[in-house]
Amino acid sequence: MNLQILLSIAEPGLNHFLIVSALLFSLGVMAVLSKRNVIMVLMGVELILNSANINLIAFSRFTALSLEGQMMGLFVVILAAAEAAVALAIVLNIYNRFNTINLDKISTMKG
Amino acid sequence: MVEQALFSLGYFLPEIILVVTLCVIIAADLFTTRRDVPGYLLLTGLVTAAAALVWQGVSNEAIFFNMIAVDPFALFFKILLLVTTGFVVLFSLQSAELKAYKSRSGEYYMLLTGMLLGMFLMVGSTHLLMMFLALELTSISSYVLAGFTKNNLKSSEASVKYIIYGAVSSGIMLYGITLLIGAAGTADIFLINEALQAGAGTPLLLNIAILMILVGFGFKIAVVPFHFWAPDVYEGAPVTITAYLSVASKMAAFVLLIRFFTLSFTDPGAGFGSGTWELLPGINWNLLGGGMAAMAMIVGNLTALRQDNIKRMLAYSSIAHAGYLLMGVVILTGQGLVSVLIYFVIYLFMNLGAFYVVMLFSDKFGVLSIENYKGLGHRAPFEGMAMTLFLVSLTGIPPTGGFVAKLYIFGAAISAGWIWLVVIAGVTTIISLFYYVRVVRNMFLFTPEESADKVIFGMGSKIILLLLIIPVLLLGIYFSPLIEWAATSLNMLGM
Repeated sequence: MNLQILLSIAEPGLNHFLIVSALLFSLGVMAVLSKRNVIMVLMGVELILNSANINLIAFSRFTALSLEGQMMGLFVVILAAAEAAVALAIVLNIYNRFNTINLDKISTMKG
Repeated sequence: MVEQALFSLGYFLPEIILVVTLCVIIAADLFTTRRDVPGYLLLTGLVTAAAALVWQGVSNEAIFFNMIAVDPFALFFKILLLVTTGFVVLFSLQSAELKAYKSRSGEYYMLLTGMLLGMFLMVGSTHLLMMFLALELTSISSYVLAGFTKNNLKSSEASVKYIIYGAVSSGIMLYGITLLIGAAGTADIFLINEALQAGAGTPLLLNIAILMILVGFGFKIAVVPFHFWAPDVYEGAPVTITAYLSVASKMAAFVLLIRFFTLSFTDPGAGFGSGTWELLPGINWNLLGGGMAAMAMIVGNLTALRQDNIKRMLAYSSIAHAGYLLMGVVILTGQGLVSVLIYFVIYLFMNLGAFYVVMLFSDKFGVLSIENYKGLGHRAPFEGMAMTLFLVSLTGIPPTGGFVAKLYIFGAAISAGWIWLVVIAGVTTIISLFYYVRVVRNMFLFTPEESADKVIFGMGSKIILLLLIIPVLLLGIYFSPLIEWAATSLNMLGM
């Protein structure tokens, strides 16, 4: 039994990758929900996007999806970069206005 | 390969024109210091794109290797998007709020063009990657636009809240998309339909994937429980952008939602009237969607009751309207979708109109609080009457267009047997009367202070208002051409 588990880890299959990506996704969501610093929240978003990428690559390696999956992975990488650039610019502006990047303190609107 | 690309380019003219417009605006921004040049360039681009759409006529083709569909359904919404953008550009040219950012007006119109391009792609995309990219193109442009007036604290806050909610929900949506792609082995939604019919994927995996995709859509159409960003962003963003977000981006996301769910999960042989997303076992998706619609109507309308900022009040009202629209979608009948199309045409004019008057009043009197609207109807009678008309139409009282829109959507839901949902919709419509009428009461039933004079608005603003008033009134009385147009436009590629 133990030997089988060891062997399966030595030769990872689709499920292993999906488990890793699910863990990464959960960590990302956790970071988004628990962190109050905008930068940390954005790191969580990056984790979520990268977990989706692991999914794509794994599917393209192990299923009939083939190269299409890797092509999409490339698009997601570019998109993550674009989003991060815009997000950091907005965070910089927020820092200039509010002198903080703590999400709880950036709150002038209520209701 | 080359033939396919050349063939596709012929059907891609309006989008190409928008890309060219975008480049021209960037270039013109380098050479001119005049604030309004980029705006007029964008208007020219819009007119040219509209001409290209008309010249292209009605077609039913899949282009770029099944990435994008050019069909009557997409054409209908492309026209609506062009009209919306045209109005928003006209508003922006007059906005005092944006005048303070003169030197950056090129950026503003460039981003607006980018957003429009994203929405053009959204209404046509039939491939999961294309869908996601178009959605992100729209979103990223709108994050920047929401924070465009960056010296304003509220605007900065709006953009940071928007990008965080947006990035997280699109990330979750992307994860769902990858699971769906993996389960079906393809990203083309026609092939996904075939794969699902052949029994690909386990129900658990599929249901998780669809739930995650629904998060992304729910965010974009601002429906409960994914609406938390909407009030803050709508309040903080410049009025013109608020109007654009509440009409155009909601519209494009709805089109994407309808196309995606209809083409992926219903049996194409059965047509629009098939009643369920039958390829998804396990969860009763209709009921889930109906519940979301009901919650949106209840939460939107009840929360709007206690708002004082008019932009925030209209934000909650637009959440409620998303609920009515979602009701037309989840009943899953052809009649329901036709009524959604009709609703969008009328919603466009009445909502843009309401935001335009808000913009005029806020520029002239500096008021955004409903309390401070007291007596404004006497100081600006024409604008006050126009606002009254738009608000009455948003409530859905005859003889305005809003009544026709609601009538059709309620009628479709009743004939599909969703009585409980229609009851909720009816009750919440009555509730909505209170907060819309409060604005009208403040405008007309209070006399202004002695010192306050009448205010004359420019001729340009009167013409724009008339352009918005006439459709709202006309569509309340004479609407059969609109209904015919909507019925013929309900023709999706592959159905």
